Amino acid sequence: MILKFILNTFILTMLTFSLSAEETGSHEHSEGEKGLTKEEIDEGIDHHLQDAHSFHLMTNEETGAHYGFPLPVILWDDGLHMFMSSAFHHGEDLVKSGDKTFMLFHNKIYSINESEPIFISKKRDTTIINKEGKEEEITVTDTIHSYSYSEFEQNFISHEGHLPEEAFIANAKPIDFSITKNVFLIIVIGLILFLMFFFAARSYKKHGYLPSGLGRFLEPIILFVRDNIAKPNIGEKHYKRYMGFLLTVFFFIWIVNLFGLTPIGVNITNNIAVTSALAVMVYLITTFTAKKNYWLHIFWMPGVPVPMKFILAPIELLGTIIKPFSLLIRLYANITAGHIVIMSILAMMMFLSSWIGSSLSFFLAIVLGILELLVAALQAYIFTMLSALYFGSAVDEGDHH
Amino acid sequence: MEKLINEFSIGMFFWQTLLFLVLLFLLRKFAWKPILKAVNSREENIQDALDMAVKTKAEMKKLQTQNENLVKEARVERDQMIKEAKETGNKLVEDSKKKAKEEADKIIENARASINSEKNAAIAELKGQVASVALEIAEKMLREELSSSDKQKTLASKLAEDISLN
Amino acid sequence: MEIPVMVGAGLVVIGAGIGIGKIGGSAMEAIARQPEATGKIQTAMLIAAALIEGIGFAALFAVG
Repeated sequence: MILKFILNTFILTMLTFSLSAEETGSHEHSEGEKGLTKEEIDEGIDHHLQDAHSFHLMTNEETGAHYGFPLPVILWDDGLHMFMSSAFHHGEDLVKSGDKTFMLFHNKIYSINESEPIFISKKRDTTIINKEGKEEEITVTDTIHSYSYSEFEQNFISHEGHLPEEAFIANAKPIDFSITKNVFLIIVIGLILFLMFFFAARSYKKHGYLPSGLGRFLEPIILFVRDNIAKPNIGEKHYKRYMGFLLTVFFFIWIVNLFGLTPIGVNITNNIAVTSALAVMVYLITTFTAKKNYWLHIFWMPGVPVPMKFILAPIELLGTIIKPFSLLIRLYANITAGHIVIMSILAMMMFLSSWIGSSLSFFLAIVLGILELLVAALQAYIFTMLSALYFGSAVDEGDHH
Repeated sequence: MEKLINEFSIGMFFWQTLLFLVLLFLLRKFAWKPILKAVNSREENIQDALDMAVKTKAEMKKLQTQNENLVKEARVERDQMIKEAKETGNKLVEDSKKKAKEEADKIIENARASINSEKNAAIAELKGQVASVALEIAEKMLREELSSSDKQKTLASKLAEDISLN
Repeated sequence: MEIPVMVGAGLVVIGAGIGIGKIGGSAMEAIARQPEATGKIQTAMLIAAALIEGIGFAALFAVG
């Protein structure tokens, strides 16, 4: 098991090494400089962490051939637009669908009009005097450049230029319902999970009460979720209702986190939308299964003086939202931070470009990779555990008060 | 914070919610329910078996104590019986001894009585005989004594002497 | 980014670090004292640590 993990980490390291080597190579051609600049490393890490519209495995620098496969793009921009991501040719081409034109730039799709320029903007904090004559801080968006599409294409796509720091393209973005790399992998992982547990469940039928094969490995984990997470936090009486969600969320997060450590570069739980979706579900389940006692503790806290009740009510009400919010931030931040640290240490290998420094950072990356394995399971455990705790507070009937 | 809001993708949120709910539904139906059901029934079976074992053990213990009690009671009863038998035997022996003694005493008494009566009779008879013999002797002597007047006189004086002597 | 904000975030992270360290230390002591309650102590420890960690992340994201 551990050997396999180490192997995975090793492969991840090697792959990142080779990817970074390619980047270095290209810059040696264009700028003739050695090593990577801070911006390039930042961008490389960002790029690795970001979602993409196609499943891109690797690029052959010499021939310029991309290995991977396209995924469907589904956009809503005054109507539904569907096409395969291969139509963008990795951002080199514009795609016309209906009366709209779409541009892919750094994994984001923009709705543009070839007759209109592309605006590059920056946000800036400034102080203005408002109507009442008081100073007020506001954020304004300045357009720092505007290019026609051909100029933009020339500067940023053909020559792989970078936007200035903190700048972004201000053109309209359609609502993107594409089957992106992450969505595709969620489907794949969902299928893997389903098959895994479907066969585990079937093995019980074959052998009566005892599982066989995979079920034997999975059963202790299921029992762990039941006996160490659900029962103590929700209580013997109500835990059964939540078992489905808790088990699904636990295994989903865990497997997704583990996939995040593989070299294919899936980063599903470091997507804020994914963790938000999970947290919103936790919030809705807590709210809709809550018993009288839960609402009583929010709006009319028993056992405190009446004026305190009025102060506590809004705090408690806010707390119901903060709790799932902390869940989503925690999961997102842990996974993102872990990836950033590993990537940074790998980047250090290129940065130091000496024999000792590189091997040092290589081993550090392996150690961190093993730590990430622990974090992958721990975050799944904590997410499930805290969800169970919130469910437990929702169904608590106050017998032990 | 701003970076987070910028990163938030509605599409991703939509797909994650949809796919997760589908996964939740499927796993609930095809995996969690049968697995938890099997595990629960297995655990119940084990619990039942354990309970049964405890129950059986308790019953065994109960039976054992019952047996022990029975044995104890039997022993007590046996002792009692032996004691009683001994007592009865002793009593019997005693009784028969007593009876025999009584009988013997009676026989001895009877014998003594008959001996006495016999003796008395014998004595009486002897007395009679002695009397008659004495009478005869006296008669003969008298006859002898009184056969002559000297003799009658001597006798009379002797008698008189005897009387005076007494 | 402004320096004070970064320093502030750093302070929050130091605070969170001390907090989690204290929780971990106390949990170790508690486990040493009552090894039979290890499971319960670990659960409570993780929950408390997760809550503090949340504050740390909140600070980091307020900055980032």
